[in-house]
Amino acid sequence: MPDGDTRNVLEVKNLQTVFGTRSGEVHAVNSVSFEVKPGELLGVVGESGSGKSVTMMSLIGLLPSPPAEVRQGEVLLEGEDLLKVTPARLRDVRGGEVGFIFQDPMTSLNPVFTVGYQIMEPLRRHMGLGKKQARARAVELLELVGIPGAAGRLGDFPHQFSGGMRQRVMIAIALACDPKVLIADEPTTALDVTIQAQILEIVERLRRELGMAIIWITHDLGVIAGIADRVLVMYGGQVVEQAPVHPLFNDPRHPYTRALLKTIPSVSGERAAKLQVIEGQPPILGAAPTACPFRSRCPLAFERCHAENPKREDVGPGHDVACFHPLAQTAAEETA
Amino acid sequence: MLTFTIRRLLFAIPTLLFISLAIFLLLELAPGDPMANVPLTVPAEVKEQMRQALGLGEPVPVRFWKWLVQFFWVEPLNIFDHMFGTNFAEGKLRIISWQNRAPVFITIAERIPQTLWVVGTSYVVAILIAIPVGIYSAYKQYSVFDQAGTFVTMIGFSVPPFFSGVLVIIIFAVQLKWFPSIYDTRHVVSDWDSFLVQVRQMFLPVMVLALQITSQLSRFMRASMLDNLNQDYVRTARAKGLREKSVVLIHVLRNSMIPVVTVIALGVPAIFGGAIITEQVFKVNGIGQLLITAIQANDLPMVQTLTFIFAVLIVLFNLIADVLYGILDPRIRYD
Repeated sequence: MPDGDTRNVLEVKNLQTVFGTRSGEVHAVNSVSFEVKPGELLGVVGESGSGKSVTMMSLIGLLPSPPAEVRQGEVLLEGEDLLKVTPARLRDVRGGEVGFIFQDPMTSLNPVFTVGYQIMEPLRRHMGLGKKQARARAVELLELVGIPGAAGRLGDFPHQFSGGMRQRVMIAIALACDPKVLIADEPTTALDVTIQAQILEIVERLRRELGMAIIWITHDLGVIAGIADRVLVMYGGQVVEQAPVHPLFNDPRHPYTRALLKTIPSVSGERAAKLQVIEGQPPILGAAPTACPFRSRCPLAFERCHAENPKREDVGPGHDVACFHPLAQTAAEETA
Repeated sequence: MLTFTIRRLLFAIPTLLFISLAIFLLLELAPGDPMANVPLTVPAEVKEQMRQALGLGEPVPVRFWKWLVQFFWVEPLNIFDHMFGTNFAEGKLRIISWQNRAPVFITIAERIPQTLWVVGTSYVVAILIAIPVGIYSAYKQYSVFDQAGTFVTMIGFSVPPFFSGVLVIIIFAVQLKWFPSIYDTRHVVSDWDSFLVQVRQMFLPVMVLALQITSQLSRFMRASMLDNLNQDYVRTARAKGLREKSVVLIHVLRNSMIPVVTVIALGVPAIFGGAIITEQVFKVNGIGQLLITAIQANDLPMVQTLTFIFAVLIVLFNLIADVLYGILDPRIRYD
């Protein structure tokens, strides 16, 4: 964790996002709080449907409304509450102070505009650059993300790039205006492993060079272990555990985190007879939860878990967990 | 793209020859007698002589060949003569209408302006209305505007022009007396006032036709916009901090226009084909009206020539639509 005591660049407090659907409300994000420091890489993990992406999109108003509604909370970007600013200011933040990379590079770029045009768009919009300057900066950005022959590729269309190259273009777009926070929503999920490694390397390098904070959403725990400083584990629209990366992997306290870690198939050692799974389905919440969302799948659940939603409580330095029954420190020593 | 276009143009030749044969044989099979309208007092042998004079005695292949020569050689020569004042076509027999013994192409040239004025204008009007309506309906899906638009387009779709035409005549021409119910072909636009008269007399037929075309096009535009509004690249555009206007009118619209432009291009031959029913209702003597009277009179040269011209236009605009598609969508490359 670099710069342990600098101010947070982003602070999220008690965020709640609700979707209005035909069959009632779905509470996708419930009292999520976290913070990110400059230059820090925060990993966010959880199953599909755990509210990771929705949380991040809520921050900068990217969810279509209706049906989505950010009902309460604060999103402080260097002290400015993004949930209270005007739409025009929010647009300045999007692509300016906060960059966003999406999961599928094959569909995230507009097929009918050149890559150069798409990179230059935020430059001209946020930095007021002229055509020439924007062009020069676009070449610079493409070189930064490691696209060979950058100047010659500005006139190419997205379909002329491979998946990995497109994701690099997406990163270049997200980085265009020197964001303070880069949100990467499963940026490597759609890529094959070697390309994934290249992208990770680029992001690591850029973080060192540019010093921005990164929020990295994924369900790939291997990736998280490699690059994150701190990890947020989400389940049922809430944060169930937060810890620096080493304690999280060595000493998971929440039964869900522990179950999640067990699902990673091991390459070394004896081949497991069967892949480990967490039985059951993640919940879809029709109302703000009044009980622990993990109770129905938790081997350790007891009465209190059904009656009350646990709050996050500190269990170590920078380590907190929302569980009435946090696992003992020794639990991690057990080999599954 | 150029090679593609040339290749397609060459391919069009056998296609069109085959189409002309098909049209010729179909008309050959159709029942009917060009002498049917001749009074019964004319003796049968005189009628037979008249048939011979029209060339009906010749075998089918000979007649087809003669028609081909006339259409592809004599008539172009005539057009050339007309443009440059030469007389290459002198003495060569043109395609002659059985109704009025005038060359078919001269009659068509007389009728085309009315059709282009009325049907062409309604097409342009329809495009200008349908595209914004489609964009806005899709952007505000299920809003009051969208629901109202859906309702109106359903009516526009389902009410045939012989009903809506008569309806607007009763309302606007008979009751309110705002517009004339009959299109005066002899009217000449020479100054501002006569232009206004022309606009007034075009108003009702254009309205009836535009309602129909707008209904189809706006639904198409709406569907195409909806397809694109939920795409990932739209989210990317928003994440870049672009204004909604730029997101919708640049990123989404550019993608949505690809199929719509194709449909518009494919609809152009229908303009030249005229609007048979609407032209009848408003007494516009355009191409549609010409075709229907020629069919009723068994005027085979006229029917055949008109049908074939439509076929040429359809083949041509299919090609234009393909080329436009290639221009608009960078993923499509023909070469």
